[in-house]
Amino acid sequence: MRILVLIKQVPDSTTRIKIAAGGTDIDRTGVKLVVNPFDEFAIEQAVRLREARSDIEQITALTVGPAKAAEALRTALAVGCDDGIHIQDDAFAGFDELQTARLIATAVKDGGYDLILVGKQEIDLDSGHVGPAVAEFLDLPHVGTAVKFELAADGKSFTANRRVEGAEETVQVTLPAVVTCEKGLCEMRYPSLPNLMKAKKKPIKQVTAADVPDAASLFASVGGTKMADLQPPPSRPPGKVIPGEPEEAVKELVRLLREEAKAI
Amino acid sequence: MTDDILIFAEQRDNRIHPAALQLVTPARALADKTGGQVVACVVGDQIDTAAAAMNVAGVNRIITISNTSLAVYSATRYRTALVAAAEKVQPRVLLLPASFMGRDLSPRVAARLSAGLGTDVVELDLDGDGALEIHRPIYNGKASAKLTFARDRLAIATVRANTFPAPTDGGAAATESLAFTPGAGDDRITVKGIERAGGEVKDVAEADIIVAGGRALKNEQNFALLYKLAKELDAAVGASRAACDAGYQPHSRQVGLTGKTVTPKLYIAAGISGAIQHLAGMRGSKVIVNINTDPEAPLAQVADYTIQHDLFKVIPALTAEVRALKAQS
Ligand SMILES: Cc1cc2nc3c(=O)[nH]c(=O)nc-3n(C[C@H](O)[C@H](O)[C@H](O)COP(=O)(O)OP(=O)(O)OC[C@H]3O[C@@H](n4cnc5c(N)ncnc54)[C@H](O)[C@@H]3O)c2cc1C
Repeated sequence: MRILVLIKQVPDSTTRIKIAAGGTDIDRTGVKLVVNPFDEFAIEQAVRLREARSDIEQITALTVGPAKAAEALRTALAVGCDDGIHIQDDAFAGFDELQTARLIATAVKDGGYDLILVGKQEIDLDSGHVGPAVAEFLDLPHVGTAVKFELAADGKSFTANRRVEGAEETVQVTLPAVVTCEKGLCEMRYPSLPNLMKAKKKPIKQVTAADVPDAASLFASVGGTKMADLQPPPSRPPGKVIPGEPEEAVKELVRLLREEAKAI
Repeated sequence: MTDDILIFAEQRDNRIHPAALQLVTPARALADKTGGQVVACVVGDQIDTAAAAMNVAGVNRIITISNTSLAVYSATRYRTALVAAAEKVQPRVLLLPASFMGRDLSPRVAARLSAGLGTDVVELDLDGDGALEIHRPIYNGKASAKLTFARDRLAIATVRANTFPAPTDGGAAATESLAFTPGAGDDRITVKGIERAGGEVKDVAEADIIVAGGRALKNEQNFALLYKLAKELDAAVGASRAACDAGYQPHSRQVGLTGKTVTPKLYIAAGISGAIQHLAGMRGSKVIVNINTDPEAPLAQVADYTIQHDLFKVIPALTAEVRALKAQS
């Protein structure tokens, strides 16, 4: 069985976001970049399958991103993935999520992957399009927001629990398939120093626009949303500190919630 | 492509998702600009009540796609159903709620129909050429992006709950049904069971009011205080990651970057510092109350009302006050 893990390098969640000149991107100077936290779950899930079974032949990590994104691949390799695919080309720089999904699907369609794992969402664009869209482009079933994953002994299907509003669904799916990983599935282990060293020797295949036949026409027809403007979030009106002892303050809070905010 | 606006009217158990009803308001506004109709599509099995609930002011047509194989959500089958509706209506814009279902389904539908897609939208309009443009929070709410869509293809948007009001008046929509023809391979996903989490207690993703607790609650037992207040307010109980990781509450109640993103009408945070990853999940709430002994807690910066006292005093007092208020009215 061959597993593909899709990962993205994103600004660390504590990053202070500054809008860059031009107003369509953030200022990336000095920003700490990490593996998208939801993709960490995907990496760990793949490695745990390898540890629990004898039929996992290969775990490949794939990323689309600039040269620096290779660091994210190295982390995945240090945690236990076998090899990497790094798709990068200036021609892909302005792609939206659906175009990126199309690009990934095109690059991996002949890879013979049985299971594709990806985080449920990237914490930069916060969209979560890539997993389900890759599944659609490859004509595969997918399970979104999985919190539990169990591969059948014969490796032909799996059972997963997925989180939805107020409930957990248990679904059974035949492979090949795509799974998007939610918090609760597992936590990624820290890569050890020796493993970080070993990861440097693992192969990363470079894929550029030249490797994607008909690139222009392939991507012209899908997605195509453009970032027109980026602003700081709308500021909230300044809040009130309600004075007085707890009892008094609570009475005043309830009055304000009813009369001013009309929230209760 | 017509000038119509299609709504995916998400239902579960024959009940329309509140966020789906709220889609009618922006859909109507768009249709008034394009000169097209608002068409709502309800997918499921035995969905008469749900379809009737979509017959509100602003909706022109309701399309039902009913089949026993659609009784519960499946990414492949619902994709096939919604694609069929979209191919019939040929809308200019398709709106879905930014719910678990809407967010799971929309990328597949967009990929299949070669559409553009924007997620978790809080503002939408048409530009001078009639192309969709939207605003959405990105970087966990730390920035607000304006996205433009290509005019020559379907534009799809999932809209954040509680962004728009639902229409209150009844409608006069014509209802038609569309037969469901499963696609090849749609049966590769089988739903084996659905278990309601937390029993009868509301889920944070569904509630209009949330009472959330942090590490300061100290243990699982103390969360009972919040459940009492939540009961009086008909609210859901949420928690910070620190509280979930410590085992005080299940992860399904976690609010934040790696928990759920919520936009309730009222969010009451008790003993939560307001780390950036927590704010990511709740800063879109309409009204925020902060109960924290520390005046410097970052949550105060997004709160409308702050009480700087011990939550173990404030929460019981608040519960009693709300109860007294209910008794009066
Ligand atoms: C990748 C990543 C993802 C994360 N995702 C999330 C997420 O989804 N959700 C999330 O919440 N966090 C998340 N975090 C964690 C986040 O950084 C914080 O650690 C966490 O939110 C802190 O929880 P807390 O506010 O309950 O605890 P603390 O930060 O310890 O705050 C406790 C607060 O309680 C106050 N307090 C103490 N006693 C009392 C009392 N008696 N009465 C009133 N107030 C009192 C204190 O003043 C303090 O402000 C994430 C972190 C990372 C790195």
